[in-house]
Amino acid sequence: MARVLVGVKRVIDYAVKIRVKPDKSGVVTEGVKHSMNPFDEIAVEEAVRMKEKKLAAEVIAVSCGPTQAQETLRTALAMGVDKAIHVEVTGKDLDTLQPIHVSKILAKLAQDEKADLVIVGKQAIDDDCNQTAQMTAALLDWPQGTFASKIEKGDGILTIVREIDGGLETVKVKTPAVLSADLRLNEPRYATLPNIMKAKKKPLKKLTPKDLGVEIKAHQEVVSVEDPPVRQAGSIVPDVDTLAAKLKEGGFA
Amino acid sequence: MQRIYSSSLQKINQISQKCWKSTSTRVELTQVRYPKLKRGNYSVISDKHISTFEKIIPGRVLTSATDDLESFNTDWLRTARGNSSVVLKPKSTEEVSEILKFCNQQRLAVCPQGGNTGLVAGSVPVFDEVILNLSLMRKIESIDTASGVIVCEAGCVLEELDNVLREKDLMMPLDLGAKGSCQIGGNVSTNAGGLRLLRYGSMHANTLGLIAVKADGTVVDALNCLKKDNTGYALHHLFVGSEGTLGVVTKVAIQCPHVPQAVSLMFLGLSDFASVMETTQRAKGFLGEILSSCELMDLECADAVVQNMKLKLPLERMPFYMLLETSGSNAAHDEEKLNAFLEAVMNQGLVLDGTVITEPSRLKAVWHLRECIAEALLRDGYVYKYDVTLPAQKFYDLVPFFNDKLKEAGALRCCAFGHLGDGNVHFNVTSTEFSYKLLGLIEPSIYEWTSKHRGSISAEHGIGLKKRDFLKFSKTAEAIEMMRDIKQVMDPNGILNPYKDLGEARGHEARTTQAFSRTIPAGLQAREPKFAMPKEDSEQTALRTELENLISSIQDKQKEVNDANLADKCGDMGDAPKIRLATKKMLKGHINKVTTCHYSGDSRSNYIVQNRKLNYFLLI
Repeated sequence: MARVLVGVKRVIDYAVKIRVKPDKSGVVTEGVKHSMNPFDEIAVEEAVRMKEKKLAAEVIAVSCGPTQAQETLRTALAMGVDKAIHVEVTGKDLDTLQPIHVSKILAKLAQDEKADLVIVGKQAIDDDCNQTAQMTAALLDWPQGTFASKIEKGDGILTIVREIDGGLETVKVKTPAVLSADLRLNEPRYATLPNIMKAKKKPLKKLTPKDLGVEIKAHQEVVSVEDPPVRQAGSIVPDVDTLAAKLKEGGFA
Repeated sequence: MQRIYSSSLQKINQISQKCWKSTSTRVELTQVRYPKLKRGNYSVISDKHISTFEKIIPGRVLTSATDDLESFNTDWLRTARGNSSVVLKPKSTEEVSEILKFCNQQRLAVCPQGGNTGLVAGSVPVFDEVILNLSLMRKIESIDTASGVIVCEAGCVLEELDNVLREKDLMMPLDLGAKGSCQIGGNVSTNAGGLRLLRYGSMHANTLGLIAVKADGTVVDALNCLKKDNTGYALHHLFVGSEGTLGVVTKVAIQCPHVPQAVSLMFLGLSDFASVMETTQRAKGFLGEILSSCELMDLECADAVVQNMKLKLPLERMPFYMLLETSGSNAAHDEEKLNAFLEAVMNQGLVLDGTVITEPSRLKAVWHLRECIAEALLRDGYVYKYDVTLPAQKFYDLVPFFNDKLKEAGALRCCAFGHLGDGNVHFNVTSTEFSYKLLGLIEPSIYEWTSKHRGSISAEHGIGLKKRDFLKFSKTAEAIEMMRDIKQVMDPNGILNPYKDLGEARGHEARTTQAFSRTIPAGLQAREPKFAMPKEDSEQTALRTELENLISSIQDKQKEVNDANLADKCGDMGDAPKIRLATKKMLKGHINKVTTCHYSGDSRSNYIVQNRKLNYFLLI
């Protein structure tokens, strides 16, 4: 039976209004409500369902980030994950942390933990990078099934239905493989009280990137972070001719 | 050819409009559904009136000739529809004042309207009252972050106010399912309750002051922004909860609490009501000072939400669900209190299952499950909605009392949900369409039951049109009389929201048509008058009937003629001369004797002869 590694990220909750820091170096994260990346929730749900269907033997959740990432891991444990690994990244390293580093960490852990399947959310809602699954697969030289909206397990083979621009694409990948979860894969469960209680007793291991031989080296520099331009008010035109004239003026016709 | 084409196009348009309207199931006119309601002695809207309105608020007068007034005339619950042909949309207190002054002079009935989300048909006309809609009065005048006071116009939407306040770390003290549409003026005028009354108090507590316009156009400036102001009668409290019958609220000052740092929501599933009661007690003990909301919904409500709104519940199907929200200043402290509470209730087997939510996105989603119950039930077809306060133990008893009877008579659902922490239960029955039979099985039985258990027949929804005949189940005759006294002083012509709250204006009680009630059962005639009236004999009865008939026939004749009123005829006359009263002589003597008579040289002065025994004055 498969051993599944799930990557989860702690991000600012999507219902919170984002504020840009006055020095334009980033967004305000202090005192702001965070939660698990919605796509990662879907990934965790899928892994837990596989365990319930007896397709997976053990599910391990991983998160790279500051101490508070442990809260996110506890949520994953409450959803049914068996154990959690917290890779502690703080301070300057946290600012520099990019998907490339996370992929290296996940790849190393997949090998250490003898995982057959690595599942992550398709992208994080704070950086929208959509890179981690793909890079992890490349580093491990494993096949990948990204934007998965349906996963079916066969014998040593996974049939994945992918959501792409043109519609739905079905691919078959051999395990071990890396998958990334898309929105319509499943609807994550709410962690219920008995499971929340049980989660407190489940193991949570702490590591650092150094332990895994990964150096958090800066590859790029964030120049500035700005608010998107304020939406201009529209104007109501009295008739079609005026509309055509305005479009011509604006250079759209 | 073109003419024929366009006229047939018009016909097609008309037919398709008719079809559309009929398939969209127009709500029955209130005056048709409740034929016992009689239109009061008010003027009928004329073109002259409309042109005057146009002068006061140019471009903001909607008439049935040019606009579709259906949404203004129909209530949110789709149970009442008025027949108004005019909607006025003022933008300032001054405009409201001029409009009301004119309407008062012309004896035009007015129906003040905000977001039109009321649940007792109080915000739509019954007949053809002029609709005074305040939606355009949306300015926020000021937000004082130091004192937490917001001053804004009555047409501001509750949710929008809350969003603006949250940017300054404040929040509105009330929260209800209708927040996306309801306006603060309406909230104040109906003393709206909501989900967080338990923690932040009612509108009476949070409305520091307001500006209202009386029926005659006088602007009452009771806009105080101070927490403490004991200077005379607290006039603003008169308007809070008066449902637009004493004045039109145009501006309010609301005390806003600070946004809590840590909000947690528990969604719990329980097996029976006894467990619900125990859990509530535990919650008050373990969570006391941080508890900000305590709500209940039963399985039928949950099913309605799942089926009609296509939403998913966090838990499996269980007989009862509770939502407990805590708001505190320290997440870690609150988490400790929550954990202690949850461990206790789980270990004692009070709670079957539950979940705890702290993420803002999830909080909204789970609260929505409770807030959309009203809409979910509405989608069944027709909702019979009741809102009563009951003693804690009896909170859920209405459902077993009515369930079997009503289901037999064709009801779809019979369920209860509500503000468990306040003892305020929303008892709802749904059916595919309105049925007099079902209505008769529920009313007045539910009010009698509530009154018997010393509850309130309307906890937060107010009286409006639907409950006006049941006011006596919760208030004594003397109290209602005093309310009529106040109404008489504030609105002598009875133009503000007539037919609602207290029913007919004073002087018309003898002809009050009790559209909704049946006879009061003997047990409830407990409120005996102070003086026992002497028994009547048949002659007296006959005489009294004759007298009443004479009075009503004279009134009818008056109405027929109705060519003028005293105010119009004498309005331009000069004032009468000042009366100087001086006692000339005290007359004593046998009754029926006129013992003195004086003549006056001045034709304008008169003499008054008073007979104390028979208590009359003779003015000569």
